[in-house]
Amino acid sequence: MKELVVISGKGGTGKTSIVASLAVLAEKCVVADCDVDAADLHLVLSPKTVKRESFSAGSKARIRPGHCTACGKCEELCRFDAIFYDGPGNGKVAKTFRVDTIACEGCGVCARFCTEQAIEFVPTVSGEWFVSQARTGPMVHARLGIAESNSGKLVSIVRQNAREVAKEHGRDLVIIDGSPGIGCPVIASITGATLVLIVTEPTLSGLHDLDRVAELTQRFAIPTVVCINKWDLNPDVASTIETQASRKGLATLGRVRYDSAVTQAQIREQSVVEYANSNCAEDIRALWKAIHHRLEQP
Amino acid sequence: MMRIAVASGKGGTGKTTVATNLAHVASLGDQTVAYVDCDVEEPNGHLFLNPEWLTRKPVTRPVPQVDESKCTQCGNCNEICQFSAIVPLGVTVLVYPELCHGCGGCAWVCPTNAITEIQKEIGVLEMGWSDMVQFNRGLLHIGEAMSPPLIHQVKAAPPKTDITILDAPPGTSCPAIETVRNTDFVLLVTEPTPFGLNDLKLAVEMVRALKLPLGVVINRAGMGDRHTWDYCQASRIPILAEIPDDRQIAEAYSRGQLASHISEHHRDLFQQLLSRISDCVATLDKTPLRIKGITR
Repeated sequence: MKELVVISGKGGTGKTSIVASLAVLAEKCVVADCDVDAADLHLVLSPKTVKRESFSAGSKARIRPGHCTACGKCEELCRFDAIFYDGPGNGKVAKTFRVDTIACEGCGVCARFCTEQAIEFVPTVSGEWFVSQARTGPMVHARLGIAESNSGKLVSIVRQNAREVAKEHGRDLVIIDGSPGIGCPVIASITGATLVLIVTEPTLSGLHDLDRVAELTQRFAIPTVVCINKWDLNPDVASTIETQASRKGLATLGRVRYDSAVTQAQIREQSVVEYANSNCAEDIRALWKAIHHRLEQP
Repeated sequence: MMRIAVASGKGGTGKTTVATNLAHVASLGDQTVAYVDCDVEEPNGHLFLNPEWLTRKPVTRPVPQVDESKCTQCGNCNEICQFSAIVPLGVTVLVYPELCHGCGGCAWVCPTNAITEIQKEIGVLEMGWSDMVQFNRGLLHIGEAMSPPLIHQVKAAPPKTDITILDAPPGTSCPAIETVRNTDFVLLVTEPTPFGLNDLKLAVEMVRALKLPLGVVINRAGMGDRHTWDYCQASRIPILAEIPDDRQIAEAYSRGQLASHISEHHRDLFQQLLSRISDCVATLDKTPLRIKGITR
């Protein structure tokens, strides 16, 4: 089983549009949307949900106002600024403490040390994940709850299930749409992958961010290749990117031209390669050929 | 004092363009201004404001260290840890600093004081000046998974200025939340495409869950469709600026040039945006029913 992960460092370079096209071109694959806090792939691949499961990232603290004596121990111990002295009174004290559930990290320290057992520590639902049937075949995706945390754990669940679904359907490639940045969800989506494709753009920001994300994949020793999206917007910076990438030992497997067809395809809920014969679609086909070749190498 | 967070669900919509230009035009008046780059995973503000760095200091977070000679293998640490970051194994105790959230629970429950907390460096805080703008940013060490503790410390760094512009990371989870918490106003930058709109809706829900006032900037207006305008109108969200889909702006961006430096017209656009935000914040201050953000 092979896993191709598409990430970018910088956001908005065109990861999702490229993943949608690669999924169409790959024909026999499973797609996994691991950008769980701003997922967009479902807008293009029209998935029909066949299974949905709730996701719990852990527990959160809740103060039972009736039992609180306002001793303030919880506020003193909490390192996440999640305890506020503005809860309702209860006859014994005029004000009680309250947990801000968004700020609560779910460490359970306040509940453990409350001498009045006034703090409950309850499992919470932090999101949902889905197995669907998309236009390109099976798709695993998720939705992190509003203002919820622990996206890394949800990314791991999506990846793991995508692999299982691929096994069930006899498909030997999983294409993963990752998130921007270099933090926890990105690390969770690349560890142990077969190949990482970094989609960048020819801007100073793109160049700068590529540097950091490439260092991350090298640290985890994951084979990495690069694609320069919208390269003709600034051919000079595109060349600099290619030179810098090759200095780091990364091959640039594709250059994709800027094309308004990308937005038009998105509006019609299609991938670029399905939408029309455009320059950009032609470039993505060439990119897929190069990636496919690379994936076939032992 | 006004703290404005510039955020977005979707990446690449123009947060940094808006934030750096806002900081620049704000500094042309007589108020003190700071630009704070909270996108510590991939900070880019320096490419446009070219700050001169004055200080650089390490930022750390606490992780446990176990003195095995004092450990009695009672297992209390493992029991309290919600993140599987400390695991007794035979006569030794394994610590996984990358999983640790730094709550301090294990050290407190240890009956023999075998656990002390040591500081793990997760990134650096850099401070400097770009013309009249105080410039602070965090830079996360590569391989470090948790950015919120760094963002927290970058936000807490001095000085206090009349206007602070915080450039948020993309997304709607922990790093974005940490950035927008306790600010006075959240400006959401979007683009009028289906992806942009989908992620704008998620970002709006996040800001509303935090009970903070918000406004929208539609960048690259002219590309895509009109659904973003319809959504903002239906949800009663003020559109504070529309930045046209302008090749000049895109090229300036690709070279690391501020859009406000292209022409007077471009500068006016950001000046107008800043005064609209100030008006929004001023109106909210006068409203007795102002929904307070979460404050300490």
